[in-house]
Amino acid sequence: MPASALTERRPFGDRLFQILALAAGLLVLAILILIAITTSQQSASWFSSQGLSGIFSATWNPSANKFGPMGFVYGTAISSLIAIIIAVPLSLGIALLLTEVVPRRWSRPIVYLVDLLAVVPSVVWGLWGILVLAPWLQKIYTSIGSGVKGVPVIGSLFGPPVSGASFFTAGLILAFMITPIITSLSREVIATVPAIDREGAYALGATRWEMIRGAVWPHSQSGIVGSILLGLGRAMGETIAAALVIGSSVQVTSHLFAPGDSMPAVIANEFGEASGTFRAGLIGLGVLLFLLTIIINVVARGVVARSTRRSRGA
Amino acid sequence: MQRVRIQKTATAGVALAAVAVLAACSSSGSGSGSSSSSPKASSSSSAAAAKLSGTLNASGSTFQTTFQQAAIQAFKAEQPGLTVNYGGGGSGKGRTDLSSGVVNFAGSDSPIPAKEASNFKGKTILYFPVVIGPIALSYNLSGVSNLKLDGPTIAKIFQGEIKTWSDPAIKALNPSAKLPSTAITVARRSDSSGTTQNFSQFLVDAAPGVWKLGTSSTINWPSGTRGGSGNGGVDSIVKSTPGAIGYVDFSDAKASNLSMASVKNQSGAFIAPSASAASAAASQATVKSDLTFSAIWAPGASSYPVTYQSWDLVNAAQSSSTTTANLKGYLGYLLGDGQKLLPELNYAPLPANIDKMAIAQLSKIGSGAAAAPSSASS
Repeated sequence: MPASALTERRPFGDRLFQILALAAGLLVLAILILIAITTSQQSASWFSSQGLSGIFSATWNPSANKFGPMGFVYGTAISSLIAIIIAVPLSLGIALLLTEVVPRRWSRPIVYLVDLLAVVPSVVWGLWGILVLAPWLQKIYTSIGSGVKGVPVIGSLFGPPVSGASFFTAGLILAFMITPIITSLSREVIATVPAIDREGAYALGATRWEMIRGAVWPHSQSGIVGSILLGLGRAMGETIAAALVIGSSVQVTSHLFAPGDSMPAVIANEFGEASGTFRAGLIGLGVLLFLLTIIINVVARGVVARSTRRSRGA
Repeated sequence: MQRVRIQKTATAGVALAAVAVLAACSSSGSGSGSSSSSPKASSSSSAAAAKLSGTLNASGSTFQTTFQQAAIQAFKAEQPGLTVNYGGGGSGKGRTDLSSGVVNFAGSDSPIPAKEASNFKGKTILYFPVVIGPIALSYNLSGVSNLKLDGPTIAKIFQGEIKTWSDPAIKALNPSAKLPSTAITVARRSDSSGTTQNFSQFLVDAAPGVWKLGTSSTINWPSGTRGGSGNGGVDSIVKSTPGAIGYVDFSDAKASNLSMASVKNQSGAFIAPSASAASAAASQATVKSDLTFSAIWAPGASSYPVTYQSWDLVNAAQSSSTTTANLKGYLGYLLGDGQKLLPELNYAPLPANIDKMAIAQLSKIGSGAAAAPSSASS
């Protein structure tokens, strides 16, 4: 083969690679934009038929043609909030355990186990939640409910349940699902704390806790906040696990053991038989959820980016 | 120059692929993994009417799924050349897919609602009733074997107005039964469903003035009720909760061995759900010229009043003669030998009068939009 053929071929390969890579990149963008266009188009009739007051209402009643999304927005917010409240201390505890407490040869298998938790399919979480966890939680809810009866505030938060499926059960399952994400991201952030900072703190006579508070925390604070926000985004969008355990009942209530409903769950549950404005309303819920998760993700990425910039500067 | 062209073609190809991916997403894949979406492409040759070949794609009513799957398997033995894919997904999805031309026929538990009529503008849609099924009121009460209920009582139970089994309204209907004072747990669907639609339609018809929640595939249930996903989900709530009552497709209730209540019909008789009582109800229903009817709350002394029906919807106009032949062949099978599969699956076969009308209507497939003004609903 002549030498010229070789030199000829290489640029073509490079060129092809460039085209393929560019196309792959553009494809992602195109899919995202087309999804945004189609979904907003298909939900347009919902926005126009319900009016502004309808959009801010919590009445979702297909037989009366009323499709107010706020009950689902509330359910998504409450279940994600519960998930975050449970998952954050748990995840940070695991992350600190892995980076600061156990020796490296022990941390490997724990990391592996936590990552394994992340690959459990969400439908498995949901089925486990509804078949195993919910009946068991129902007994606990009932005894808590009768225990706090009549107590102000707490009594209205933790009253007796309808069943094991509730805002709280959904929050609990979501917490288990986002724990691996928050754990592994914050573990990586904590691992970037320079060894010299830690040793400096110890040299000044700090205990392990004082070292974590004084050296690790200021350094990794915003990175951890970013990882929490990414976990929150996941919790908000989680569909099938939430659909199975949240109870499918549209209501805005302070009662955490009551059944509720969330945006992705109602879309999954009701899309098959929906038509007309009902269908448009469900797609509209998807658009709302899309917007909310985009906002959360943009904020999260911003926070993470700022933290890495700062740690590089430090 | 050549490179530029390559780049252009590649970009165009990618764009096309993106569109194809999106199209597949928006039609939300019937789950059947069908290789050919266009009915025309699948016709290798326009074979004689006896030997069918090609592919028919369908989606819609999940109520029909069990029947369709059994029928598809049995039909394969008769016509190995024809592949039928039935994707489920719900009646609403089936109708949407039919109007956008993604499927050759759609399963639907209700006639096309007025809200969707604009999707089918200028098209003539033929209704082929294929299956009848009772909705059972299954309950979990030890020691009570033959519970009797009527429309208003069922409505009050599902609205949360009757809260215990020892309520005087239930006692009045069951004077000899030993009713416990157990609290009633209402089990209902958490997903939208034709079963919910037809069950609530029964309450609208049988309990006028009492039932206030309307009829739809999703009901705004009181918050004290418990939602289960699918018939199976409601089944398992009823099974695991003493004092529970729920509405379930008869075939599922039968499969999970639940006790079922007898329901008072129009002529005052209490009828237990069964395939024959459902067929009896359908035979009493008023059938319109487009073959739509409602077996819910049908008259007749032996009719089970919570009986519903499902249709396969087909465009009268077909662009390909192969598809026309395939549709005639498969739907003809569903209405003919296929009906014999139904009792075993705990569905009810069509009554003879309706079956005959449906078979006669097969000839209208492929007749185009010009013919058959009769398909406009009376």
